[in-house]
Formats: sequence, structure tokens, C-alpha cells
Amino acid sequence: MLAGPEGRDDVVVRGARVLDPVEGVDATVDVRVDGGVIAQIGVRLDTNEHRVVDAAGCTLVPAFVDPHVHLRTPGREDEETIESGTAAAAAGGYCAILAVPNTDPVVDDAGVLRGLRARAVTEARVPVGFLAAITKGQQGDELTEMAALADAGAAGFTDDGRPVVSAGVMRRALQYSAVADRPLAVHCEEPTLTRGGHAHAGAVAAELGLGGWPSLGESLIVGRDVDLAADTGRPLHVMHVSACESVEHLRRAHALGAPVTAEATPHHLCLTDDAVRTLDPNLKMNPPLRTAADRAALIDAVRDGTIAAIATDHAPHSPEEKEVPFEAAPFGVIGLETAFASLYTHLVEPGLLRLETLLERMSAGPAAIFGLDRPRIAVGARANLTLLDLDATWRVTRFESRSSNSWLLGKRLRGRVALTIANGRVAHR
Amino acid sequence: MTEPRTGAAAGLQLVGGDLVPPRSERRHLLAVADLTRDDVERLLATARSFARSQERANKKLPTLRGRLVLNVFYESSTRTSSSFELAAKRLSADTLTLKASGSSVDKGESLKDTALTLSAYDPDVIVLRHPEAGAAGLVARLTDACVVNAGDGKHQHPTQALLDLYTMREAFGGLEGLHVAIVGDVLHSRVARSLVQALELMGAEAILVGPPALLPEGLAPATHDIAAIAGADVVYVLRMQRERMLAGANFVPSLAEYTRLWGVTPERLRPGQRVMHPGPMNRGVEIDPRVADSDAALVGDQVRAGLVVRMAVLYDLLTSGPVAVEAAVEVA
Repeated sequence: MLAGPEGRDDVVVRGARVLDPVEGVDATVDVRVDGGVIAQIGVRLDTNEHRVVDAAGCTLVPAFVDPHVHLRTPGREDEETIESGTAAAAAGGYCAILAVPNTDPVVDDAGVLRGLRARAVTEARVPVGFLAAITKGQQGDELTEMAALADAGAAGFTDDGRPVVSAGVMRRALQYSAVADRPLAVHCEEPTLTRGGHAHAGAVAAELGLGGWPSLGESLIVGRDVDLAADTGRPLHVMHVSACESVEHLRRAHALGAPVTAEATPHHLCLTDDAVRTLDPNLKMNPPLRTAADRAALIDAVRDGTIAAIATDHAPHSPEEKEVPFEAAPFGVIGLETAFASLYTHLVEPGLLRLETLLERMSAGPAAIFGLDRPRIAVGARANLTLLDLDATWRVTRFESRSSNSWLLGKRLRGRVALTIANGRVAHR
Repeated sequence: MTEPRTGAAAGLQLVGGDLVPPRSERRHLLAVADLTRDDVERLLATARSFARSQERANKKLPTLRGRLVLNVFYESSTRTSSSFELAAKRLSADTLTLKASGSSVDKGESLKDTALTLSAYDPDVIVLRHPEAGAAGLVARLTDACVVNAGDGKHQHPTQALLDLYTMREAFGGLEGLHVAIVGDVLHSRVARSLVQALELMGAEAILVGPPALLPEGLAPATHDIAAIAGADVVYVLRMQRERMLAGANFVPSLAEYTRLWGVTPERLRPGQRVMHPGPMNRGVEIDPRVADSDAALVGDQVRAGLVVRMAVLYDLLTSGPVAVEAAVEVA
């Protein structure tokens, strides 16, 4: 399902704390990679004339997987390309990403998808999977040829950026996804409640005079889709959950045994709508930043696994689109290069989330949802490794991404990605 | 790379007097939240001094001679644009008023590029009205000029709040403990947002009255019952902002129903209450013509206050702190 580089690098990572919570590994040891595969884990390993990375004081973890990235290709290559987006992913410690299909043209037929995958083989810095659209042109009316798209390598299906407004179409999509044997990922939004909305419908939007985007605009559709997933028995992945009411629907689904998974973004986990008071367009996202209670509910859900994945919803926008008044700006912020550091700084360091949980939700969690190989630190596994310097403090000033619409621009963060090995190849150093 | 400047330029002394005076810490007026109670007191006192100067035959003061005030209006405006233009002229500043229609904005120029272009004239003040929240803040980040927000979307309109405070103080003698009922379309009103904050800052109280869907939660105590205006000293009537309402949003079923339930009529007022309206009025919709034309109405006072308050704002931004305005007025 993934397309991209396949590496056969020889590396020894020496002296790091090696931490893979899923494998139950936590020890200060060396890791030797031979031909892109983890060959040996132990103390004072022979270097075999491999490149040696002195990693004393750093932490070596399974590399991250991002299930929700806007690569803006085809159509807006000025904002991001396969190459720049995957370079940003590598810099953020990711060994695999999934790109969403709301491009121009929309990835809704096998020809477009095959073209993208062919380009990814030569251009991508880390492996990329492509999600295809649920409905033609993401118009919400006619289903795409999911079986043909799956044969062409679609990693799953989503109309992200837009909801599937009709409950009937959504039910048919879930039923038919059995043929393609891939999950559906949904952007939950009730458009008649969110029309004209620029920020969470609450005290901050009331004070600023911004049109409200209410929590119910999300949770009504989460509730509907959870029920449809339970009814059809087909896997449903809820993207960028923002409201505590949505979390309640997810808990209800899990209690029913419905095959429902969910993701949350670093910005919804780190920020509240209080930040919107600055009217900085880099704080405008869809769904919007919500209240402290919503943020707390999301953190709880990540902690207990109700939300099993962290996804950046990396959404590049050009300066001319974002250097405008708040209400005129499009939704979306970039996040690949700052995801780990922002969550480490704002959740792990203050004691809101354990490091081990964060690592699992950024790697094994999303991989399992989309049926990707789990990055793991074990002899015989492909090397998908990220080396973290947790003591490093750094200022966010420049990006590998072609865009810089980050809410963290100029801010200081703790925890830096020092090295990324993706699919056996050193992708970032 | 930062070498001390020891060249000829460093020794060059500029002669005082021709220099632009040092700018105060606060360079802009973007929102009521930018102001302290002391700031408001100073601005209202300054406005009052200017009001006396406006009683003379020669109403012009030399205070801002040689300064440039640009009025940039992306939305139609009668009161605010004329009032800023006249305020700048009464203080002897050069002014230029630009409307969005008939300018490069029609040719697709972005707000950023317009701001940079106008900044090349080195204006001292840019007065901006724009249909989107945050526009004045954006321009403030792009220019060296002082920026005065003359209304950005549904967000803020701080000089309107100041002129309303001035009008209320002149009518009632003080602001502390004053009760103000704001009636109508609060949701779409930057005037209401600024006024609620300004009243709170000065120790007055506001309640909001109107159709439920037009009363945003959390701004101030709110009710849909028009009888609640009975306890107010000031009934502040807002315009139904039909141009800002999305089609089919159904905030109210009809204007007739609005007028029947929330129109401010003589029958709904008690003696001693004063009525204000930021204009433009929809007579017969939110305000009964008999009220608009009665002695209870302070609408004309508001317009007069607008001139002297905006003179005070320009003066305050362009002079280094509260220099004796009395002296400036006397000298003239």
C-alpha cells in the first residue's frame, strides 16, 4: 500500500535509550541495522564498519506514522509536493504517511492514483500511502470505484475536507467498502450547522464576533456514522476529533463493539479557542479549536485509547492565502515537523500524558488502523527508527515543507528529532 | 556582525523640533481591550476640551499640521468616515480618504499589498474599516503607522464605544452604575461588542435584549423579553444588519415580527430614559420614528461626540502622552 524509497543502509545507533513500549523494550543498548533491517540489539556491538551514530543521551523509538497529511499534489505544488511533504515528514520523525485525496483533480479514479504512486517511488523521502475519495469529486453523491482504486493501491477512502452529507450515501459507502477491504475515514461536519463558522461557537467567538462552528456540527455526524458503522459492521475511522460530545459517541461505539477508530491532532490536544483571540490565521482550523473541557476530554481519550492515533492534518497554505484577515483565511495548519515536539512540550513534560503512550499513538496506533506494518524495534524488522533528543530546546524558524503556516512559528519547543530511518534508509539527519 | 556605528552618520546630530516626537508604547487603537480606564478618562477629557474649541468661529487647531491621516474604507460608511476626515482636518492634518470601490481593491489587490502601498506615503495614522475581523490587526503588523480600527467585521469598533461613553457622560453626568439596555441584532454588531466592554471598564452595566438567535452567549446578561428595557437609563438600539445575515439563516421569521416584538416605541419607554442608535437607522423597523425624533433621542449628540472623540484619539496617538491639550486649544 505504501510507495516510496526502500533503503539498504548500514547503521549502528550507539548508546541510546531504546524504547519500544509495544515490544516491551526499554534499555540503553546499541542497535545495528544491516541492509535496512535491524540485525542486532545489544551492548557494545561491533560496528562492522557501518556508519556510527553516537546517540548517548538520546532516545531511540519506533518511527512515527501519520494517517492524515495534505500533500497538495496534484494541483497546488506551490504549497507542497510529494518531495517537500515527505521531507517534512522525515524531519518530524515519520517513516510513513497517508495523503488525503482533496487535491485538484480529486484522487477519485485509478489513473490519478497510479500516477501519484509512480511519482512517490522516485520523489518521496519516506513511504507514502494514498487515500482515495469515497465519492466522485468528493461531491457526496456517487461512490467511487472503490475496488478498482484498492487494486491500484488505495490505502483507504475519505472525502476529507468535506463531509459525506447524506446518511444514505454514507451507508452505501460503508457497505461497499467490504469489497475494497479498506477502511473509510470520515470528516464529520453537519454543514447546515457550520455554515459561516470560523471558530468554535462559544464565548470566544461571541466576544470576537466570529461566526460559530458548534461542537454539535461535528458530534451529530460522529453519532450518525458510528451508528452506521455498527449497523454495517464495517471499519470507520473518525478524523480530527475535536469535541467532547464526539468522544462520548466513540466510547458508546466501543461499548457496542463497533469497528470504530479515531484520531486527534496536535493542535486540538495542545490549544483551546482562547488562542483565537490573537486572530492569527494560523490558529484557524477545521474543525476549530475548542474549549478547555474539550481539550481535556481529548487528552483523556488519547490516554485510554478511545482515540488510538495522533494525526497532524498537515495542511499547507501559501502566504497569500494566510496573510489575510482571520475570516478570509482558509482552514488548516502544517504540523509534520513539530508534532512530536509540540506534544512532548505541552502534554508529556507537564505530566498530562506518558511518553510511552504518546509514542504508541504516533506509531503503532495509526499503523494498525490502516493495516500498515507496525514500526518496531526487534531483530529482523525493517528499520523504521526515530532518534529523539528529549533534552534539546529549539525554536521553530524554518520548515522542510514548502509552507510555513504553523501556529508554532517562532515558538520554543522541547524534544527534537535527531535522526529518522524510514524503511531501512536514513531519511533525516 | 553588529559593529558599533562609528562612521560620520553616527556623529550627525539632527535638530530637535523637526523630529517626529517619540511614539508612546501603545501605537494603535484596535479594540476596547487595548484601553485602560485611565486611557478612557484621558480621551474623554481631551474630547471635552476639543468640544469647547468647536464652539468658536475658527474651529481649526494647528496641532497636527504636516501629519498625514489616511482613511481606508472597505465598507460603506457615512458617519465614521466623514467624522474621521473632519477630525483630522480640524487638527490641521492632511487627509486622504480611500474607498474600496474604484480603487486597486477592485483589481484584486490584497489587503496586505494595499497596506504596504499606502505605507510608502509614510502616513502617521491609518484609519481602517474592513468587513473582516482582524483586518486592522493585520495592517498594524505591516505598517509603521498608528492604526485606528474604524470597524472590522463583527469584531470591534472602539471609537464608536468611546463616543457613546462621551454622549452618556454628557447626558447623565457620569458612567458609574449607569444601566444600558442594548436592543436588537447583537450577533452581527461590532458596536455592541465594543460598547459592552467599554461599559464594563467604566463601571456601567449592560443587558442585551433581542431575538434569541441574535444574542451571542456570554457577552452580557441577555433576554428576549423587551420588558427588560424598563430598568435601563439608556436604551441603545441596534440596526438589523440584513447585509451581514446569511440567506436562509432564519434569525427572525420576518422584519414585521421583529418590529412588533422588539421595536423601540414611545409606549415601551418611560420618562427619563434616553435612546441612542449608532446609525444608520431603519426607521419603523428597530426604532419608531416618534422615538427617533423625540427629545429622548441622543442620536445627534452621538454624531457631534464622534467628531471630538476622534480628534482626541488622533491627538492622543500622535502626541507623546497627555501634553496639555488645554494649552493647545488656548493657543489656537
